[in-house]
Amino acid sequence: MATENQDKTTPASEKEVAPPNTPSAMNTSPIDLGHIEVLQILNEHGEVDTGLDPNLCDETLLHVYRAMVLARVFDQRMLTMQRQGRMGTFAPNLGQEACIIGQVVPLTDNDWYAPSYRSFGAQILRGWPMEHLMRLWAGFHDGFPPPENVNDLPFSIVIGSHVLPAVGIGMGMNYKKKKDCVVVNYGDGASSQGAVSEALNFAAVYKVPVVFICENNGWAISTPIQKQTVNEVLATRGSAHGIPSIRVDGNDILAMICATQEAVARAKNGQGPTLIEALTYRMSLHTTADDPTVYRKDSQVEPWHCRCPIARFETYLKNKQLLSDESIKTTFENCENEVIVARDAFYAMPDADPSEIFDYLYESIPEELKAQRDEYLKRLRNKGEES
Amino acid sequence: MSKLTMVEALNLALDQEMARDENVCLLGEDIGVNGGVFRTTKDLQKKHGEDRVMDTPLAECGIVGTAVGMAIYGVRPVVEIQFSGFTMQAFDQIEQNMARIHNRTRGKYTVPMVLRTPYGGGIRAVEHHSESREAYWAHTPGLKVVIPSGPRNARALLAASIREDDPIVFYEPKAVYRAFREEVPDEPEVMEIGKAEVIREGKDITLISYGAMMRPCKEAVEDLVDEHNINVELIDLLTISPMDTETLTTSVQKTGRCVIVHEGHRTCGVASEIIARLNESAFEFLEAPVKRITGFDTPFPYFQVEEHFLPESEEIVQAVKETIDWQ
Repeated sequence: MATENQDKTTPASEKEVAPPNTPSAMNTSPIDLGHIEVLQILNEHGEVDTGLDPNLCDETLLHVYRAMVLARVFDQRMLTMQRQGRMGTFAPNLGQEACIIGQVVPLTDNDWYAPSYRSFGAQILRGWPMEHLMRLWAGFHDGFPPPENVNDLPFSIVIGSHVLPAVGIGMGMNYKKKKDCVVVNYGDGASSQGAVSEALNFAAVYKVPVVFICENNGWAISTPIQKQTVNEVLATRGSAHGIPSIRVDGNDILAMICATQEAVARAKNGQGPTLIEALTYRMSLHTTADDPTVYRKDSQVEPWHCRCPIARFETYLKNKQLLSDESIKTTFENCENEVIVARDAFYAMPDADPSEIFDYLYESIPEELKAQRDEYLKRLRNKGEES
Repeated sequence: MSKLTMVEALNLALDQEMARDENVCLLGEDIGVNGGVFRTTKDLQKKHGEDRVMDTPLAECGIVGTAVGMAIYGVRPVVEIQFSGFTMQAFDQIEQNMARIHNRTRGKYTVPMVLRTPYGGGIRAVEHHSESREAYWAHTPGLKVVIPSGPRNARALLAASIREDDPIVFYEPKAVYRAFREEVPDEPEVMEIGKAEVIREGKDITLISYGAMMRPCKEAVEDLVDEHNINVELIDLLTISPMDTETLTTSVQKTGRCVIVHEGHRTCGVASEIIARLNESAFEFLEAPVKRITGFDTPFPYFQVEEHFLPESEEIVQAVKETIDWQ
């Protein structure tokens, strides 16, 4: 007992057993870089590894399946709307639905989620109304804030810039002694950002309850992973920082859920961060402003059609007698209808109010900014744009 | 009342704010056991614990970025960046997140954090230790920029900044850290952010400055009043952004003449902004062009020659006399 008391009062700097970097310490590392495992539960043919099957309840399985279908249908509708000139530039998620949905399935409302801009399927599952997301991508400011009661960060357009604040939220949880966690999503391109390395290090040093989902879809616009790094195993970025790290077949929804679930449990048990590198493929455009034919051949994309995360999950669910061709068709139709309802709601929403641009910058608007606002409102009046 | 240096006064503000609000925490390099390279956080870890006074990894971007997240979650982090020259490592997090989260989320999330950092020259330090780049942050919508000039206002402004719900860049003039002592009340004291202070009333000319440059300005004023019979009105800006245009305008409308002094670079500097505002608000009252004495548009020089770069009182006296004599 005496030792324990002593420990509590001894500063961290005096607890060190041996001085660092002495000759005897040179050949040992406190971190086990170990072997990075790859988790796959559902293979490309929809065959399940029964030893690893989490045996999720039927209700959860169907809920997850529907969320994946909704992500795909929403994506297609957005693309149509964009081509019709009724939507701004956006980043499609075709083929990445298992990764995107799986990473938020284990989260509760008290947990936080920090999406990247390609994660709107997850945002929908977290409670963002679809018309709200349409509003966001159509350039309305009111689409950006997460809805009330949804603990999400807005995504960052500057690649990887949201990862540090996400870790900070986890540090806030530690500070306030909450048993919640954060899931943060970023990609292979973001892994090259210094700020992402700093985020991994801070998370490890402070044992932050955060799950890093590195969604490796092989492309950062036109730059393939091979040009992004000579070490393509991005999970090693985690292990190099002392973070337990794993590679997961990102097109396998069961593997995504299991890996995230385990990581979330670790985070909530005070065991700190985990990095999950999800291997998937960006089958569609980087954004609607992108033309992939400039930098890759269709033949490169072709094999990924057979690895479709939705198709393989359907096989699994059919084998479990939870889906039939008929119910698959109905699910797609229902999702399509839901998206259409959201689209119509979005079309019915009011125009943007140009007078609002000063209103949310500070908690209360400074005097000098009021003068600028008056000048701006006068400009609007002159143009007949005042709300 | 105790007679404190600025470092001691800042330490007092941090200590009292941490005692007042359990959500106030400190993050920075070497701020815990070591008490900060300038000892501004001396003994605070011992007093408030390692969870609340956090020694961080050496990564300025990481410190600011994680503090933004903590602030979103309802903690009130006070970050120390060892020297203001190092804040450039954190530019993205300051510009994209610290300054913008409130606007991006239309106020759903606030970022009640303070970024403290020592700025300015005059302590014979190596490169990147003497910058005065407050204009960058004043140029960034969403931030407030506060620069105290002495122990008492440093303490009161830091306490106010910590209580503020908007993100604040708090520049500490390190040349003043231990330059002199001042009476500081023992009881907590706050000053309103966004207000300039008329230090000395006068009718002949307005002299505007802030931070470390208030000292040569005060010396110059003594000389001008005593030796040259020029009745100077001296203004300490204290908050760079949002700027207290009203106090500046009222003064210049009265005196008709103005000189501005700062050590930051000239082009697009704080003086440029003040001149533009006076042009809008006091043009017809001006008897002479507004003069500015600033750092030059070169990198801050290596310290063997830094004294020639920084504005000095003789130069300020000269500029005031020229502005008075202008016709």
